[in-house]
Amino acid sequence: MRTIINEMKLRLPAISVNESVCRSVISAFLAELDPTVEELGDVRLAVSEAVTNCIVHAYRDIPSGECGNIYISVRLYNTREVSIEISDNGCGIENVEEAMKPMFTTGDGTERCGMGFLVMESFTDALNVKSKRGKGTTVLMRKFLKSSAEGEK
Amino acid sequence: MKDCEIKREGDALVAMVGCEIDHHTARVIREMIDGKLADQGIACLRLDFSAVTFMDSSGIGLIIGRAAKAEKNGTVVEVTGLKGSLRRLVRMSGIEKIPNVRIK
Repeated sequence: MRTIINEMKLRLPAISVNESVCRSVISAFLAELDPTVEELGDVRLAVSEAVTNCIVHAYRDIPSGECGNIYISVRLYNTREVSIEISDNGCGIENVEEAMKPMFTTGDGTERCGMGFLVMESFTDALNVKSKRGKGTTVLMRKFLKSSAEGEK
Repeated sequence: MKDCEIKREGDALVAMVGCEIDHHTARVIREMIDGKLADQGIACLRLDFSAVTFMDSSGIGLIIGRAAKAEKNGTVVEVTGLKGSLRRLVRMSGIEKIPNVRIK
C-alpha cells in the first residue's frame, strides 16, 4: 500500500530570487530517498520551470508594489514516488491546451522560449495542469525514483 | 568564479558563465553580454557553459535573445561546454536550427 513518508508545504513570495531557493529546498527534502544525480537534476529542472511560470506570468496584472505567492507542496511516498504541486493565485491560463504546446509563449518573444511545460513533461513522469481565469494555476508533477539497488547499477 | 566573465579573444566576445542559469540570473548575464555585443569587430559571441551546473529554459531564451541581437551585425553565436541535461535541453529546443547559432 502506498503511504506518505514525508510531506512539506512552502509559501514564498513570487520573486525571481526564490527560483534557486525552491530548487535548493526540494533537493534537501528529496535527499532522504537518495535519488540519483540525474533524477535530482530532472526534479530541480521541472520545479524551476513551474516556479518561473508563477513569477513571470501568474502575477503580471497585479499592481506594482504588491507581490503574489507561490505555494509548493511536496509528498514522498514509500513507493519512492515524489509528488510536487506548485500553485499560484494569479491570473490563470486562458487556454491550458494551447499554453502547453511547445514554443507557445505570451511573454517577451525573444527572451522567453515557451518551453516550460514541455520541460516539465519531459523531465517528470506525469504532469497535470489545472487553471482558472482570475483564480490561479496548479501544476501537479509526479516522479518515480528508481529503487536504491537499481540506482546503483 | 564570478557569475559571468566577459572577455575579448580576437574577433570573439567570450562570455564565461559560472552560475546556475535561471530566469533570475539570465537577466544579469544578458545585461553583461548586451553591454559589449555592439562593440566594433565582433564576429562571434561565444557562450561558454562548461562551468554551468544547472540551466532551465531561461538559458534557451538567453541564447535565442542574443542570437536575435547578434544577427543584426552578422555575428554568430557559438555555444560551448554543454554537458548532461544542458545538452538534452538544447537538443529539445531545436535552437541549432537558428541560422547564426552554432552548438559545439
